[in-house]
This record gives sequence, structure tokens and C-alpha cells, in this order.
Amino acid sequence: MITSRRTLLQAAGAAGLVSAAGLPLRASAQTPITVGVIYVGPRDDFGYNQAQAQAAAALKKLPGVKVVEEEKVPETIAVQKTMEAMITQDKASLIFATSFGYFDPHMLRMAEKYPKVRFAHGGGMWTEGKHPKNAGSYFGYIDGAQYVAGVVAGHMSKSKKLGFVAAKPIPQVLRNINAFTMGARSVDPSITTRVIFTGDWSMAVKEAEATNSLVDQGVDVVTCHVDGPKVMIETAEKRGIMTCGYHASQAALAPKGYLTGAEWDWSTPYGMLVDAARTGKPHLNFLRGGLKEGFVKMSAYGPSVTPAAKAAGDAARTALTTGNFAIFKGPLKDNKGGTVVPAGTSLEMTNLELEKMNYLVEGVLGSIPA
Amino acid sequence: MASVQSVLAAALRPVNAPPAVLAWLVPIASIVVGLLAFGVFVALLGRNPLEVYATIFEGGFASAFSWNNTLLRAAPLILTGLAVAIPAQAGLVVIGGEGALALGALAAAAVAVPLAPSLGAGALVAGAVAGAAAGGLWFALTGYFRAYRGLNETISSLLLSYIAIAVFNHLVEGPLRDPASLNKPSTLPLPDAAMIGQIPWLDVHWGLAIGLVACLIAQLALSRSTQGFALRVAGGNPRAAMLVGLPVGALIVAACALGGAAAGLAGAIEVMAVHSAASASVLAGYGTTGILVAFMARQQPLAIVPVAILMGGIAAAGSLLQRRLDLPDATTLVLQGLLFVSILAGEAFMPKERR
Amino acid sequence: MTFDAVLTVLIAVMGGAIRVSTPFLFVSLGECITEKSGRINLGLEGTMVFGAMFGYAVSYHTGSPWLGVLAAGCSGVVFGAVHGLLCSLPRVNDTAIGISLIVLGLGLAYFFGKAYIQPTAPRLPSLDLGAWSDRPALRAALQVNVLFIVGAVLAFVLHWAFANTRWGLQLRTVGDSADAARALGLSVGRTRVMATALGGFFGGVAGAYLSLYYPGSWNEALSSGQGVMAVALVIFARWRPLGCFRAALIFGGAGSIGPALQAVGIQAGYHLWNAAPYVLTLAIMLASTSKARASIGAPGELSMTR
Repeated sequence: MITSRRTLLQAAGAAGLVSAAGLPLRASAQTPITVGVIYVGPRDDFGYNQAQAQAAAALKKLPGVKVVEEEKVPETIAVQKTMEAMITQDKASLIFATSFGYFDPHMLRMAEKYPKVRFAHGGGMWTEGKHPKNAGSYFGYIDGAQYVAGVVAGHMSKSKKLGFVAAKPIPQVLRNINAFTMGARSVDPSITTRVIFTGDWSMAVKEAEATNSLVDQGVDVVTCHVDGPKVMIETAEKRGIMTCGYHASQAALAPKGYLTGAEWDWSTPYGMLVDAARTGKPHLNFLRGGLKEGFVKMSAYGPSVTPAAKAAGDAARTALTTGNFAIFKGPLKDNKGGTVVPAGTSLEMTNLELEKMNYLVEGVLGSIPA
Repeated sequence: MASVQSVLAAALRPVNAPPAVLAWLVPIASIVVGLLAFGVFVALLGRNPLEVYATIFEGGFASAFSWNNTLLRAAPLILTGLAVAIPAQAGLVVIGGEGALALGALAAAAVAVPLAPSLGAGALVAGAVAGAAAGGLWFALTGYFRAYRGLNETISSLLLSYIAIAVFNHLVEGPLRDPASLNKPSTLPLPDAAMIGQIPWLDVHWGLAIGLVACLIAQLALSRSTQGFALRVAGGNPRAAMLVGLPVGALIVAACALGGAAAGLAGAIEVMAVHSAASASVLAGYGTTGILVAFMARQQPLAIVPVAILMGGIAAAGSLLQRRLDLPDATTLVLQGLLFVSILAGEAFMPKERR
Repeated sequence: MTFDAVLTVLIAVMGGAIRVSTPFLFVSLGECITEKSGRINLGLEGTMVFGAMFGYAVSYHTGSPWLGVLAAGCSGVVFGAVHGLLCSLPRVNDTAIGISLIVLGLGLAYFFGKAYIQPTAPRLPSLDLGAWSDRPALRAALQVNVLFIVGAVLAFVLHWAFANTRWGLQLRTVGDSADAARALGLSVGRTRVMATALGGFFGGVAGAYLSLYYPGSWNEALSSGQGVMAVALVIFARWRPLGCFRAALIFGGAGSIGPALQAVGIQAGYHLWNAAPYVLTLAIMLASTSKARASIGAPGELSMTR
């Protein structure tokens, strides 16, 4: 069932105190459990898959938890077989299907075939009544972290031009582009973000070309939403501009230009799902959280970040974690002049409307190639 | 070096064994040699080769589940293997199967979904026909360019494949997109009940059977029919074929079209049996692996089936190798490469071909 | 589009022609040598990716990217030699061997490359040929790597060598007619193996360029099929080294059209724009071939064009 944030926190509280790292401090049951984690790409891609792998590694440290992993599993019949193999051969009772394309039909089919096994999907739109109860999805409101990164970028940018290398124009990506832009424009409304779409999640040469094109346009801070930000970050560093990371920390790749980054902390939802499985509580079907719940986090500030930028970034983070700050609130215009959020309306982070985003806000240079 | 060459050639000339026996013995021996080489590779890394072999066998071929896994992974490879093997009969090296598969998937999705409510299973037939037609037409372009414009078919099929994939992505994300498929752009889906079903007892979709039948038909047509014979003559010796009056150009286009139809059909089956809609997930490299399968099978349609099963088994085993022995996914690529090299090098020991 | 936007796109295309073309240039020149001797090495994709990994690893361990390039080239020699030797066996199909070596090369590259995804290796430097300009885009486009210049020079050297040196003549004889070569006392087998090994060297160097300069990173998504494409470009270039240079430039430049257009605001149909290099290459080839002129320039012994 769709769980509101309050119920989520209550469940987390009941399941055990949640530590700073997001893992339950005391496992209320020592039931041994085998957990399967499936990645669509290599685990060490300095990006999306690596962030999930870091959470899996954290799970391995828990007593009584065995983790079996498989990487580079394509979104075809292969992932169905992998899930089945983990269940039948490795006796996994909780499966993390981390790539978006695993959800429909693959994970759903397996969930119907194995009703006693729990399935957790990264980012899917699990819907009450439509999808089986032993399936569920978890995701993080990383747009909050992108907003903070945008604030820092807004302070640090001298040319007032930011860049965004994006894979495909899907809602999750558009939300990040918009949040980043709005964070920057909260510092200076004249800031613009130029976006370039590469067409797919992992295209090294296109990502490098896109970064170069952006820098040629005068952009001096660039961020991205691709599976592996490594190429973008390294290309930007070589051109001498600043970067904000994504998925995981790429600070090691850009010692001079890395400002901060929007990172996942998947160990929080992973811990919650494992705990629910071990203690026999109902499967968490729609698990979402942001900076506040520890599902996402910020990278440490890089060496070049000014004190003013740091202060602004910290303030934004505080607003998102403690207050009722909503990024997408009216009146909000898109970059074609229309109004997407009317005045007086405020879209909370948990609002499902945001998961259907199909616009780019004012200040984003570029269009959705429909 | 010249003398070494001739000594080598002399040593490799087939012995007195009857040719039929060698035709089976050599490939099997090659596979064994390839496996041994892999064992050496694994041992050099400090792993126990026997443990690795056992895990490969367990993952691909030891239980009903692993066979199910293997067959499901092999199913699309049979058709994409044909996509390379049929044009090869006409002497062409066509490697654009991935693009034809993509167009076939798109065509099937576009045709089958609107027809499903009214036609039921007939919609699947329509989808399959549409998919085969789309792939066939696309490859026919390659054939036409080769036959009537002299453009090398390898490069044109490769370029056309990339172009087809770009068109596929453009259409799936744009005009043909299901508005509800937000974070994973797809075409409108087939309802579950309308999809291709499973072969009873095997728990594998009928696409496997379609692939087997296609191979059988291809083999029979090539070896028994006049057109098949004409095709092979055109492939073996184009000048002689023209002297005899065979329509070499038309044969080339036809061979390409049939190969493309096989790839397009593979794409259609992926949509109608596995995914229920066309999306980027369909581009999983089946077309590319099909090239490998066809060459390993020496372009013989019937041999494609065991080779595809071998490839499927290795992929299934790779899954277990990762989980049990913590060996990276690339291990299966190394195994495939060594097997392939081995089988090809074994060609040197094969008896001289009858044809 | 405004004049400024047009200029931006043109500059980006020029930059791309220099940046992106280099791997294509080296692979196609290497393949040119191999195919002139009458053999096809389709396996350069595997050689290239392995070279990328190996070059990156050597650069990381020794601190010298140039040693990395050399090491990558040497690994390419090994792959090429293996290809050549295997193809010397009777009745072995060189197209198939090439494909098998792609698989093996990729497998070994990814297998051993896992350890090198995280570390940062020293990269190749660039020459700032555009320092005279005050337009940052132009300066960036003219950031040239020495390897590009080496490749360009190589194209001219090969062009001259094929026609004017004994080596070039021997190579072409072996490639055009094995019988004629044997009659002249040339060793067909040895020439082909060495030509393939030399081609492999350049394939490895192309890979090192990818991982050590542009995109300048090692991971499993590094290649987008440059090795296979470059082998095809040799046909486009009609087995002429200068044609290979031209082909690589066109291909590299056309690949930058997509991102450059987006940078100036044209985003519709981005998948199609990204396919520009393929469309352009196909169009040019269609315009320049006809049935009569089909195999002009093809070495007579080349299995693909017989």
C-alpha cells in the first residue's frame, strides 16, 4: 500500500532505531536472510550501479545477512532467470532489482510466480491494486540534493551559465534538471542551465562531446544524469571548469573543480527493507525518502567552494531536511512560457505528480525532444 | 617460414579417418581444447579449473532450471544466427542483425497491439509477419546496394544497423510512445493474456520452436530446393552463376531479405513473448551475438541450433559463476572467445568439403 | 539559426573531426596495411579495447602515458600476430577469426580491466594549437593531441610507402595475387602475419588514445564500436591511406553534430542527429560506388571482395 512519509518513519522507528548510516542499530530478529542484488551495469562504474553496490556492501556487514550479487544483467528474460536462480539456487527471500527497466514485466512476473519472496525495485511506480503485494519500489528524492548542488553552483558560477549532460528526457531526469536549475536561480535568477541529451545511459564519447559543447558555450559548472558520470567529470576537469557529481562521489576524479554532489545513500532503504523481511513485517511497497530520511546525501564540499557558497548550501539542506520547504511550488513557469504549477499550489516532494514531470522550468535552455 | 608452412599444412592434412567421423569429431575435440585453454586461464588466476567447469555445467546444463535458463537465452540467438547464415549462403557477410531486430520489434508492437482486442492470437501472427517484413525490407536494402550498386554489404549492413537503431529510439521515445510509460519509454503494451504462450512442460515461450522450425526450413530449402541450390552456386562462384544464367542480383537480394526477416522475427518474438512492448530493453545484443553463432556454426542452419544452445548455456553459467565463484561477467566472454578460436582453428583439421 | 550558432556548430564539427577521428584513423590505417596484404582483420575492435585497458594500466603503474601507448601498441602486435598465425592455417576463415578475437579481446579487457576503473592514470597531454584565438570554443577545438598529428603523418607516409617502397610493393603483390608473389619468391604467409601484426599495433594505439586522451577514461562502456566501424571505413576509403584519413575526419566531425546542435538549442530528433555519421558515410558511399566501379582498389586476394 502507498505509505505516507509519516507511516514510513513510524515503521522505521518501530523496526529499530535508525542509525546515522541508515541501518537499524539492533536487528530485532537474527533470522538469517539471503538477499539478492541485481545490477544492469558493472558494479564499479563510479555511478548508479556503484551507489547500489555500496549499499549491498553495507548489508554484507550485518550479521546473518548473506548477499548474492549479479552485475551486467540486461533488462530481458535474463533478469527473470537471474531472479529465479537467486530464489531457487541461493534461497534468496528478498531481491533488489536495481535498474529501472527490470520492473515491468520482468520483476512483476517473478513476483507473481514467487509470492513468498519479496521484490524491491529501484524507482518503479508500484501501484496499489495493480501490482502484487510482495513487490514494491524504493527510491530517493535526489532532486532535493540536486537543488542544494544547484545552490552551491549558483554561488560559484562566474559566467552564470550552468550545464547538464542528461541521458534521456524521462521524468526522473527532468526533475533533476529542474531542481538543479531552481537551486541555482534561487541565488541569482539570471542563471541559466543548458541541457544536452546523449540518448542513452552509457555513452562515453557522446558524454565527452556534450561536456565539451557545453564548455564551448561558456558554461562553467556542469553536472549530469547518466549512469556513469566519470567521463563528464574528467572532461570538465580537463577543461578547467567546476563540476557537481551525481549518484556517488566523484571528488577523487576532479580534485580542483568538484564542488559537491547529489549522492544516493541506498543503505537506508536497503536496511529498512531487509529489516521488514527479517522481522516478518509487511513488505514496504512504496518506499521513498529524501535528504531528511537519509535516502540521499550530499558529497563533501570541494576545496574551491567559498564560505558563502557553503553557508548557502547548508541553509538549503537544512530547509529541506527540517522545514516544509517544497522545491516545486507555484507560480512556476516552464521554459516555454506556460505555467506548470499555479500560484498558491505547492507540490510536496512526495507528490506523485512530480514523478510524471514532463516539462523543463524557466531558466533551462533546451527542450524535450519529443 | 615457407617450409614451416608446408610442413604444417602437410601435418594438418586429414588422416585416413572417414570424413563423416571427422565432421563430428573435430568440432567436439575443438570444444574440448577450448575448454582446456579456459581451464589454463582460470588456473593462472589462482582458481580451481575443475570447480569452474563444474559450476559452468551446473549453471547451464545440469538441472531442469538451468536447461530452461539456457533454452530461453538461446531462443533469440537461433533466429539472429540465421540472419547471418542465410546471406552467407550467397557469399555475403552481413552483420546488421541488431538493427533489423529493432525494426522488427517496433513493427510487431505497432501492428499486434491494436489488433489484439479483435483478433486475439491472429494479432500475434500479424505481428510476426510485420516484424519479419520490416527486418526483411531493411536487409533487402543491403542486398540491393550490393547487387546493383556494388556497395560492400558488410559496411552497408553495419551502417544501416546503426541507423535503424537510431530510428527505433526516436520512434519509441517520440511518436510511438505509450504516454503511460514515463520513465521507461515504450510502445503501447500487449496485455499479458494476448502474448505468445509457453511450450507445455518446457516453460519456454514458443519463440524457441519458431526458431527451430525456421532453421529446419532453411536447411531443407538450401539443400533440397532449386532456389537453395541456385543461391549456393551464386555464393560459391558468382561468375559461374551468371554464365549459367542465374539471376545473381535477385538471389542476393532474396538471401538478404530472408536473413533480415529472421532477425525481424526475432525482434517480434522478443516483444510478443517477453517484453510485451518495444523499448530500449529489446536492444540486448542478440543481433551481435547472432554473428558469433552463425560463424561458429559455419553458416549451417542446423548447426546454429546447438551453437545457440551452447551460447545460451554459457550465458546461464555466467550467472552462476558470478554468484558462486565471484568471477566477473567478462569471464564468459573469455570462454566464448577461446571456444570460438578453437572451433575455427579446428577447421584446419576438417575433411575437405563435399560441396 | 543565427550566424553565431552556425559558427559554433562548425567549430564543434572541426573539433570533433580532430578529437574523435584519431581512433578511427589509427584503426583504419592499421587495417589498411593488413588488407593490402590480402587479409581481413575484423578483430581490431577487441584489440582496440584491450589496448585501451592495457595502456591505461601501464600508464597508471609507470606514471607515463606514453609508455602506456607503447604498451598498448605492443599488445596489439600480439593480437595481430595471433590473428595472422591462426589465419595461416588452411581453410580457416579470416572474417570468423576476427570476430572470435573481438570476443576474446573484449573479454580479456573487461576481465583484467576491473581493477583499473577506479584509479586515475596520467593522461596524454595536448598541444594548444589554438592559443592565438580569443574564442574559447576555437581554442578547445584546436587542442590537438600528438597522436592525431602522428596519425596524419602516418597516412601520408603509408600513401607514399605503398607506391614507392619495396615493402609497399611486396605488400601489394602479396595482396593482389598470392601466386604472383610466390613466383617472385616472396613469402606470402610471413608478409601477411607481419602486416596483421603491424595493423594490430595501430589498433592498440587507437585504444590507448581512447582511454588516455579522449574520452580519457577507462570503463566498460568506452567503445561505441569504433573498431568495427573503422574496419568498414577502410572499404569506404578504397584501401587508400589518404582516403582513410578523410574518412576518419568526416566520421569524427559528423559525430559532433548532434551534441553541437543541442548546445545551440536544436534538440528535436536528437537520436537521428546522432546517427549523422552513419547516414553521411552511407550517402557518400552510395554516391561514389556503382556496379562497375565496385571493387576498384580492393586487393585481389581479399576474401571479402572476391
